[in-house]
Amino acid sequence: MPQSNVSSGIRADLIGPPLLIGVAVLYLALLLFIPAVAVFYEAFHKGFGEFLKAIASPDFLSAVRLTLIATAISVPLNTVFGLCAAWVLARNQFWGRSLLISILDLPFAISPVVVGLMLVLLYGTNGWLGPAFNTLGIKFIFNTPGIVLATVVVTLPFVAREVMPVLEETGPAEEEAARTLGAKDWQIFWRVTLPNIRWGLLYGVLLTNARAMGEFGAVAVVSGNIAGKTQTMPIFVEEAYKNYQTEAAFGAATILALLAVVTLVLKEILERRTQRKGGH
Amino acid sequence: MASTLEVPISGAQIPKFQKSVPFYKRVSIPWVVTIAYLVIMLLLPISALLTKSISVGPAEFWRIATSPVALSAYDVTFVTSLAAGLINGLMGTLVAWVLVRYEFPGRKLMDAAVDLPFALPTAVAGLVLATVYSDKGWIGQLFAPFGIKIAFTRLGVLVAMIFISLPFIVRTLQPVLQEMEKEAEEAAWALGATDRQTFLKVILPPLIPPILTGVALGFSRAVGEYGSVILVSSAIPFKDLIAPVLIFQRLEAYDYAGATVIGTVLLLISLVMLFVINALQQWGRRYAAK
Repeated sequence: MPQSNVSSGIRADLIGPPLLIGVAVLYLALLLFIPAVAVFYEAFHKGFGEFLKAIASPDFLSAVRLTLIATAISVPLNTVFGLCAAWVLARNQFWGRSLLISILDLPFAISPVVVGLMLVLLYGTNGWLGPAFNTLGIKFIFNTPGIVLATVVVTLPFVAREVMPVLEETGPAEEEAARTLGAKDWQIFWRVTLPNIRWGLLYGVLLTNARAMGEFGAVAVVSGNIAGKTQTMPIFVEEAYKNYQTEAAFGAATILALLAVVTLVLKEILERRTQRKGGH
Repeated sequence: MASTLEVPISGAQIPKFQKSVPFYKRVSIPWVVTIAYLVIMLLLPISALLTKSISVGPAEFWRIATSPVALSAYDVTFVTSLAAGLINGLMGTLVAWVLVRYEFPGRKLMDAAVDLPFALPTAVAGLVLATVYSDKGWIGQLFAPFGIKIAFTRLGVLVAMIFISLPFIVRTLQPVLQEMEKEAEEAAWALGATDRQTFLKVILPPLIPPILTGVALGFSRAVGEYGSVILVSSAIPFKDLIAPVLIFQRLEAYDYAGATVIGTVLLLISLVMLFVINALQQWGRRYAAK
């Protein structure tokens, strides 16, 4: 080691790292580790029975159902859109490209509450489109379609943003080769493009899914918060907590926290895959 | 960048279908889906907000936007978000440094845990922070004897904002730290520089653009945050009420004009932040290229 003959380097190596590591661990403990443990402690310290009772209530089960509906619609929609947008942005140079990227990033920048407000103004009873849909018998606000729409908007950029850099990195050469050999658009997509981007795509889907299940602000604005009807899991958590039903709140929170843990584990696995792939 | 890559590969065949195809023929299914989706999902709702806010009229807009309760909500929102961003600018940098530079037991777990605020639903984060940082909570009881209340005060809002903005700083900085060459530091040492000089003149300068980008990203996220803050604060005006919660309260009272005005102010600030972040990222790229 060349720095071993530099005296200041030795001193820094003996005292510096343990101190810095200690401070970092303490910071993350206060912010992440202790709260993470507390979720499970609060849910289970009165016994498993209380937890089961909390998550078997009809209101909770209907919240689970609504969250699953919103996720099941927004993930595929945003996956199809994300693939299209990533292709458009990665494979084409055109005027306004960076503007389009900025528009794509808007849901990351805008407060979820403002997203919800926009949807209320557009699809509410006095909105531009609200009355038209009302005559068709479709009610968006304070109803399931509004919750689905809010979830779709806040999770819109994830797939596009994860697939775009992978597409840029692989370049168009393989696709052009396939085209020269006579492959059709769909064949090129399934056999050449998709295998190349699959890990990036899965990563984007994973992030979309996690955000869709956990979205709170935008959904809270459009939901009207009617128990057993327009409550998603995160709204159930808030409502139970406000009504001093701590067990119910932490029971539901535990399920959502488990979702976060699963997301992190899958993310770790996907990251290792992409790193190994990138090494070749 | 893409064009320089294509030239040697494509040879004689490709240019003919890249250059001579008119624009309207390039408009294929992905183009239509992308544009239509963005218009329906984003541009239409944004226009609805802006139109509504124009219909309020400039005098009324200004009156609502600068009403005392709104000004106090901006104060809580922006000052607290900035404080959260700056605290993470320091501590997040330290965490990123430790994760990249040192090998120690539990490093992998620590690295994975940094993403927790991305993965954990904000309602859960707010619920658990409110519990842990309350007077009788695990961490709150350490502060309570000194008369420091965290949950349900502005400090609670700060903790929630620090929580959600942490990964932005760490994850922006980590790749830059990984690519930094240790040789430069060793050279500085070998040439007789002190620790202080090495840190200030060799290590720190290339880290400034990514740190600022991370702080801006974290700030921008904290400004819009609703879920965790609503649970950890008491949402009392002039005390710990943030702007997104104020919008929510106005909507609950069917005061659409009030909600729209505050929402437009937040939207405009988000757009400014988006440009600031883009500019910082470009600066960082140019810095890295040098």
